[in-house]
Amino acid sequence: MKTIFSTSRTSSAATAAQPGKNAMTEEIAPADTTSAPPRLDVSHLAKTYGMGDKARTVIEDLTFTVDAGEVVCIVGPSGVGKTTLLKCLAGLHPSSSGRAAIDGRTISGPPPEMALVFQDYNRSLMPWLTVRKNLMLPLRHLHLSAAELKERCDDALAAVGLSHAEHQYPWQLSGGMQQRVAIARALAYRPEILIMDEPFASVDAQTRFDLEDLCLKIRRDFNMTILVVTHDIDEAVYLADRVVVLGSKPARVLRIVDVDLPAPRDQITTRSLPEFARQRTDVLSLIKRPA
Amino acid sequence: MNRKLLLWLLGAGTPVLLLLLWWATSLQSTDTFFPPLKDILQSFQQLWLFAHFQSDVLVSLGNLLLGYAMASAVGVALGFVIALVLVARNVLEPLIHFLRSIPPVALVPIFISLVGFGTEMRVFSIALAALFPTLIATVDGIRSVDSGLKDVARVYRFTTVEKVTQVYLPSAAPQIFSGLQVSLQVAFVVMIASEMLGPSQGIGAMTLLAQQSFMISDMWAGILLLGVIGFAANIVFSLIRRRVLAWYIGSRRLARSS
Repeated sequence: MKTIFSTSRTSSAATAAQPGKNAMTEEIAPADTTSAPPRLDVSHLAKTYGMGDKARTVIEDLTFTVDAGEVVCIVGPSGVGKTTLLKCLAGLHPSSSGRAAIDGRTISGPPPEMALVFQDYNRSLMPWLTVRKNLMLPLRHLHLSAAELKERCDDALAAVGLSHAEHQYPWQLSGGMQQRVAIARALAYRPEILIMDEPFASVDAQTRFDLEDLCLKIRRDFNMTILVVTHDIDEAVYLADRVVVLGSKPARVLRIVDVDLPAPRDQITTRSLPEFARQRTDVLSLIKRPA
Repeated sequence: MNRKLLLWLLGAGTPVLLLLLWWATSLQSTDTFFPPLKDILQSFQQLWLFAHFQSDVLVSLGNLLLGYAMASAVGVALGFVIALVLVARNVLEPLIHFLRSIPPVALVPIFISLVGFGTEMRVFSIALAALFPTLIATVDGIRSVDSGLKDVARVYRFTTVEKVTQVYLPSAAPQIFSGLQVSLQVAFVVMIASEMLGPSQGIGAMTLLAQQSFMISDMWAGILLLGVIGFAANIVFSLIRRRVLAWYIGSRRLARSS
């Protein structure tokens, strides 16, 4: 029952037509990209809260990898344990068994090369600091020069389009703007790996499109490895090089779907491609199908 | 805008009106215990401006400030330790809840027997009594720091000092300030009470002495001065709070209006 698809590199059309059979060929065929070790390696990760009778297994057995410079989306029904997974990856919670590693090093605490954008923007920004000071706070102990500090903050604010709001407080901004501040804070930190937990869940549709494109732009400009948790399948297909589909409950990997939509992606043209529709139907049918 | 001005005038005008009323009705008073306000103000001027200003008013205020400063510093620091160190919490918390149940003024006799009637006794009484409101508010404030903010601090690998000064302290500041305000009131009460025991200086001592020697208008003048000092202390406190917690007051106002 513990199905592992760690290296899925097959055509998406075949996946849609014959998911079962295709999955088998994946397991037989060795990965063709094993030359570089994966940036993020999650193997047999499990998380159980509580002990004895009250034990509640949230994550049963997760295995997937994220290569350097890749955008991977994790989708699954809500309440499946996606946030728990991210907290394990960010070193905030210890895993119960299995392991998660960055460049082969097991994650045991928050890794220095990682930044996390939280789901609740209104619980992740410091209300007593202005936007700019929120950006600067995580940089304090990096002992950067004043010029670099300024440059990083200016760049990050410009990237999310909030240069004009730098002296405002988070609570003076709309939800979408607050989430952009949280993203800017992560950008100013210049992580190599960026993890985002439902980052665009509570913003309006237009802002959402903008933020998705921002995410792709960040990957392009800063060559970041990005892992995004979302419950929006369209968003996952639009953003990702690969989509990890989780099934409930407890969470396990149903399938890892390659998304081979052409780059650069565009909200209008990419979303109207026939492949886009096929990919999203593919992922949707996996989630809808009773496990 | 006009309505606002009217309300402000009402707020400022009522005490003035009451004083005028007091002045007018007490002008012909022959009652020993309720002398004319005119006499009281005369005593006020003779006593406090500035015959006893240095010898008593400054002494009282000095004790108050010193005791209050000690209580605030120890209260916030100890509050942090109790909120964040599990062992400290288990050892100290029941003890603190017992000690704070004792009325602050009742602690004064202990200090008299321990350190006598001197200035130390007064300062320590004020400090100990004023400690608990700040301490308990700090513990509550630190414990209710949002877990989301704590996660941010961990993910971005804040140092321990940064966590304390950049996350916990500002986050708990609204509650700490509530505690500090109560502590200030308690310190004020204990300041007076501590001066009413033993041969001593201070506004409380002067007021009690005036009452015992039937200098009733002097007694009233002392009470009046205490009122003025208490009122002024509260205004100063509010101004500092409004400055430090501007973000909090602003965000609350915005949340209410939307």
